[in-house]
Amino acid sequence: MTEARRAAPPFSATDPYLLDDQLSDDERLVRDTVRAFVRDRVLPTIGEHFEKGTFPRELMAEVAELGLLGMHLKGHGCAGTSATAYGVACEEMEAGDSAVRSFISVQGSLAMFPIWKFGSDEQKERWLPQMAAGKVIGCFGLTEPDAGSDPATMRTHARRDGDDWILDGTKMWITNGSIADIAVIWANTDSGIRGFIVERGMRGFGARDVTRKLSLRASVTSELTLEGVRVPNGSMLPEVSGLRGPLSCLTEARFGIAWGTMGAARACFEAARDYSMQRRAFGKPIASFQLTQEKLVDMATALLHGRLVAHRLGVLKDSRGVTPEQVSIAKRSNVRIAIDIARTARTVLGANGITLEYPVVRHMNNLESVLTYEGTEEVHTLVIGKAITGEDAFS
Amino acid sequence: MKVVVCVKQIPDPNTTGQLDPQTHLLKRDGVEVVMDPGDEFGVEAGLKLVEAQGGEVTVVSMGPERGLDAVRKALAMGAAKGILISDDALRGSDALTTARVLAEAIKREGFDLVITATESTDGYTGVVPQAIAELLDVPAVTFAKSVECDGSTLKVQRQTEAGHDVVEASLPAVVSVTAGVNEPRYPSLKGIMGAKSKPLDRLSPSDLGLDGQGGASAGQSITAVQPAPERAAGEIVKDEGDAAKRVADFLASKKVI
Repeated sequence: MTEARRAAPPFSATDPYLLDDQLSDDERLVRDTVRAFVRDRVLPTIGEHFEKGTFPRELMAEVAELGLLGMHLKGHGCAGTSATAYGVACEEMEAGDSAVRSFISVQGSLAMFPIWKFGSDEQKERWLPQMAAGKVIGCFGLTEPDAGSDPATMRTHARRDGDDWILDGTKMWITNGSIADIAVIWANTDSGIRGFIVERGMRGFGARDVTRKLSLRASVTSELTLEGVRVPNGSMLPEVSGLRGPLSCLTEARFGIAWGTMGAARACFEAARDYSMQRRAFGKPIASFQLTQEKLVDMATALLHGRLVAHRLGVLKDSRGVTPEQVSIAKRSNVRIAIDIARTARTVLGANGITLEYPVVRHMNNLESVLTYEGTEEVHTLVIGKAITGEDAFS
Repeated sequence: MKVVVCVKQIPDPNTTGQLDPQTHLLKRDGVEVVMDPGDEFGVEAGLKLVEAQGGEVTVVSMGPERGLDAVRKALAMGAAKGILISDDALRGSDALTTARVLAEAIKREGFDLVITATESTDGYTGVVPQAIAELLDVPAVTFAKSVECDGSTLKVQRQTEAGHDVVEASLPAVVSVTAGVNEPRYPSLKGIMGAKSKPLDRLSPSDLGLDGQGGASAGQSITAVQPAPERAAGEIVKDEGDAAKRVADFLASKKVI
């Protein structure tokens, strides 16, 4: 051996392969900054918000000031970070709660991204700087009460009326719906599916919150109703038609979910590890029991696998771009990993695992939503199945 | 106004530090490192002053290459320029050597006000701020829990056991600030992205005319270290009618009340 090996650093249970060494200096600083923000500002109150079913609105000005909204977009007041930095931020935010990660996902990837990618210069100038600054909150209207996994069957439609469009329909399960100042609404037209920027207060446009949720309780979920809403032609996103528009937004957001879920998983794993080393049974810490160690090892290994996938996906997205199928693999796999870790962690905590004194059951319940939204586990399975076999199970 | 803030990258204080058994120095390789939390208050104090008075903040750090992370964080928070003095010869420097290096770098940069923490969270010598002031031949105003400056005069509330003294000094000066002097801002993502294009000077001791000042020639050496003794069991006060007074007397003897 001609070259001395560097001394091995101490083993890190949450990063045994030193994945974070792959991050750039900027990305590490983003990680540290968002982690500190979550520790200082999100974690102290998020359990209470979850219990009361309230959105931590008081934090959103700070989230905007940090520059998290549309952070990976270039220009128009956005920070212009790498996709990996966006992923890292999602991971840290979701280590707080899926609700706060969902907020930045929806604002940045589902509301700002379509305007940034498909909007006119006027639309970009009017909306993006204000959305980056958190002064305008956006939401994304694709899913309907009777059209979820098959958005092509949407009933919401827009018809021309002189220089305007008239929108009718209902959108369902819309994150940020009732707190949004604008909604990017996808609607059928004579020339295919088009996106429209609909503003709060427009006549015929309403939002009603979905209540009695037992998951994502610190997030606003709404139903949007459009009854003859008249919008000017200048509110239509000019640069895209067809399902490609909304689906490309979802690819952006799902990328963030692949990372974000690893934050929730890490929080659950850490809670379980710490608890197992404190809690004693039969005269010794439960961490010393083989069954508990196996759980911890399985969780740590699964977390490593998920984080490897997220990091590689980030490298791909920053270097050559990613396909929807590549993102589907990561979204499907990492949500499943996170939900399994959360459930295992819950068992390590015993009865304490079901209380809001610990983050585990909160993450566990949140992840049930994450499993379904942005493409269900089943739909992602069929997307990947089609990529593997060439056979389309949808049709 | 030209403000220079001293910052230091240290092993994460939330982890348990390890000493190298040979050198008795804190292990800095292979551990999570962060900007000394005490320094965040100094950076924030500097930024607040220049936001009110105009001017800019330069951050200066002496330490291993990884010290660059602390400088970058300060740049991302809003400082305009960074200086890192790094050299293997500086490893193990004592407080006086550290102060000499920092003072030379500060002198070279030019300053109206130097801001430091009261002490580092790893070394805890607590003498570097005053030594810098002495070497720069300017007043040292220490333990400031609030800092005001009109551009020519510094006015601080100096933390004391009983409360605070109001201390004034004319610029140029050195001020050390306590934790809690302000609420340090988070670096914004735009700040992080912008930090890359800010000027960063990387200096060696010879750039500062300080060859041979390093750890090997330091005026002190650590000959032995011992773990802190176990705490003795506390005294249990049994109430025989005078417990309240005895507790109060005890607290008073410790100057807690």
